[in-house]
Amino acid sequence: MLELITFSTLNGLLYGLLLFLLASGLTLIFSMMGVLNFAHASFYMLGAYFGYQISLAVGYWPGLVLAPVLVGIVGALVERYGLRMVHKHGHVAELLFTFGLAFIIEELVQMVWGKVPVDYRVPQLLNFSAFTLFSTTYPAFRMFMLGMSVAVFIALLLLLTRTRVGLIIRAALTHPHMVGALGHNVPLVFMMVFGVGCGLAALAGVIAGPALVTQPAMAALLGPILFVVVVVGGLGSLPGAFIASLLIGLIQTFAVALNVSVADMLGHVGITLTRDSIGGDLWTATIAQVAPIIPYLLLVLVLIFRPKGLMGDRDT
Amino acid sequence: MQVSSFALRTTVAAAALLGALGASAQVKIAYVDPLSGGGASVGEHGLKHLQFMVETINAKGGVLGGQKLEAVAYDNKGSPQESLVQVQKAIDAGVRFITQGNGSGAAIAISEFISKYNERNPGKEVLYFNYAAVDPALTNEKCSYWHFRWDANADIKMAALTNFMRDQKAIKKVYIIGQDYSFGHAVKKAANEMLKAKRPDIQIVGDELHPLLKITDFAPYIAKIKASGADSVITGNWGNDIALLLKAAADAGLAVNWFTYYAGGAGAPTAIKQTGLDHRVYQISEWHTNVPAPDMEAFADAFLKKYGGNGHQGWWYLRMKNQMEMFANALNTAKSSEPKKVAAALADMKYKNSIGAEVFMRPSDHSLFQDMYISSFGSGTKYDEEGTGWGWKTTTVVKAVDTVIPTTCKMTAPS
Repeated sequence: MLELITFSTLNGLLYGLLLFLLASGLTLIFSMMGVLNFAHASFYMLGAYFGYQISLAVGYWPGLVLAPVLVGIVGALVERYGLRMVHKHGHVAELLFTFGLAFIIEELVQMVWGKVPVDYRVPQLLNFSAFTLFSTTYPAFRMFMLGMSVAVFIALLLLLTRTRVGLIIRAALTHPHMVGALGHNVPLVFMMVFGVGCGLAALAGVIAGPALVTQPAMAALLGPILFVVVVVGGLGSLPGAFIASLLIGLIQTFAVALNVSVADMLGHVGITLTRDSIGGDLWTATIAQVAPIIPYLLLVLVLIFRPKGLMGDRDT
Repeated sequence: MQVSSFALRTTVAAAALLGALGASAQVKIAYVDPLSGGGASVGEHGLKHLQFMVETINAKGGVLGGQKLEAVAYDNKGSPQESLVQVQKAIDAGVRFITQGNGSGAAIAISEFISKYNERNPGKEVLYFNYAAVDPALTNEKCSYWHFRWDANADIKMAALTNFMRDQKAIKKVYIIGQDYSFGHAVKKAANEMLKAKRPDIQIVGDELHPLLKITDFAPYIAKIKASGADSVITGNWGNDIALLLKAAADAGLAVNWFTYYAGGAGAPTAIKQTGLDHRVYQISEWHTNVPAPDMEAFADAFLKKYGGNGHQGWWYLRMKNQMEMFANALNTAKSSEPKKVAAALADMKYKNSIGAEVFMRPSDHSLFQDMYISSFGSGTKYDEEGTGWGWKTTTVVKAVDTVIPTTCKMTAPS
């Protein structure tokens, strides 16, 4: 049992931190520009593919730096020459723009790299077991993923709270119009934030790519869950996004470990339910089986009962 | 009536004209399987099998005295709904023979669709060749005259696996994990029932279903298997779901015996090698590369050279070879590419396949019976898989006649 808890915690933290790398950029973009960027996970995928391509030529490590920078530039260009043009037509147009962009990126990726997963390898340097606990080994690469995510979180936190750039960004988060009125170049801030947000997503792609299969469906698999993180964490709140990411990471991992169903619980109080009862699988499905939808349940509940999210100060 | 006979005459005239111009007639077969998403790796692998078979048959002079076979690929994305869209597309493009194998959910949808289509379009029938979808329902309560299956169904495979497990006294605790759709449910049910009957002393310590082809990290499931104390795992997983499951097991150092249906599928042998479990991963299949048979060995070798690619993925589906050869035979016997006549020729066909074994199609449910091999993956084999240095070694052979189980199928042959 202790073993299961330990490794579920590790796996959950890892998944949560990965979510955070994506959600941090998304929540900043969302709260600052009012755009729910549907293409955010696509930049994560681009990061993985760019990293893969670079790794073929010069190895994994240069890709870790180059891929996020390249994707960040792509993101900044998308903001400058795409979103900004669409901006004057309102938020719905922007939303639809990113929605379309997500499909375009997926299609492009399929055309360039094919539909089958690419063989993105864990770097040789990290291809060993970091430690053995209760006779289960834990890969060093996963420890590296954990470490990188924590480092990025700290760096981001310092950037936002300790630097002048961070000051302007934080101001633009809560009072975008006032920042503009004070003479700051708000469009430039937007472009930067969008670019950096995409770069962070790409970084997540480079560190997740070798461990979690680099394939054209990776954006679509992860995309929806990001919105859950942003809403649950609270609009524009980095700490909120952090807590929500970890929460969802842990919930999903631990849910897999639980075999309890409604029928089991009611069984203790003398009510017997089977698949043939009215409601069917609703009673007998275990928590493990419904694990993938638990975050969305959380999304619905948060929107009803606490629309500000855990730590946000504006309604979603 | 007049219109149709006119259409027929023009078609015949057009065909004659084409023939006169030197273009040979074609018999098209549509491949409807996942070419994107989590099933893409096995889908692509299967497509290469079909293409190689088509090339081989055409190189030997084709079918029906000189006509060529042609394979056309359609991506069903692993989804039953999308399969129907693609099958319709194929039919609209004039294809009368459909083949599909990856996913019983899609298979059942296609089989029902084609049955309805044929009922509504007499004279334009379409046949469905299933080379790998093994939900028993397909040849029992949901059977169809237009559906032919070249693989042993899930119950037959589980019977063979559990017979083998019965004699492995070291097995005490078993974990069952599978994909949450019709086939996964079928495997789960069969495994539970048969283990209970054959080895009541075995404790089933886990019985798990996970979403189909959506999971990219199986680490949480592996942690659970580990915590259960299982010494053996039974799984019907295929595609990414078996390769990634084994990869996660390798990462966690999980040392158990694996009883699988599809551990030979694209990508999985590489993952097994990473687990370091030498001859502890078993698969049940109709063939593997180390079954001694000179012709088949040469054939597999030629395939590996042409289509192996960087992953060195060799021939895996003998059933695709059986299927295409029997299809070609049926075309020649029927002296027609009319699906109805081809179906009649196939329905009770007996065939000596390329490993020299007798296989036979059972007319009552259109399922093929053939010898089944339980093999283990490890070192010291003549041929290896995916460049790992490890290969499959036969543990047990179950003769075709011993795999025959009754069917509840009541199909109606067309008048």
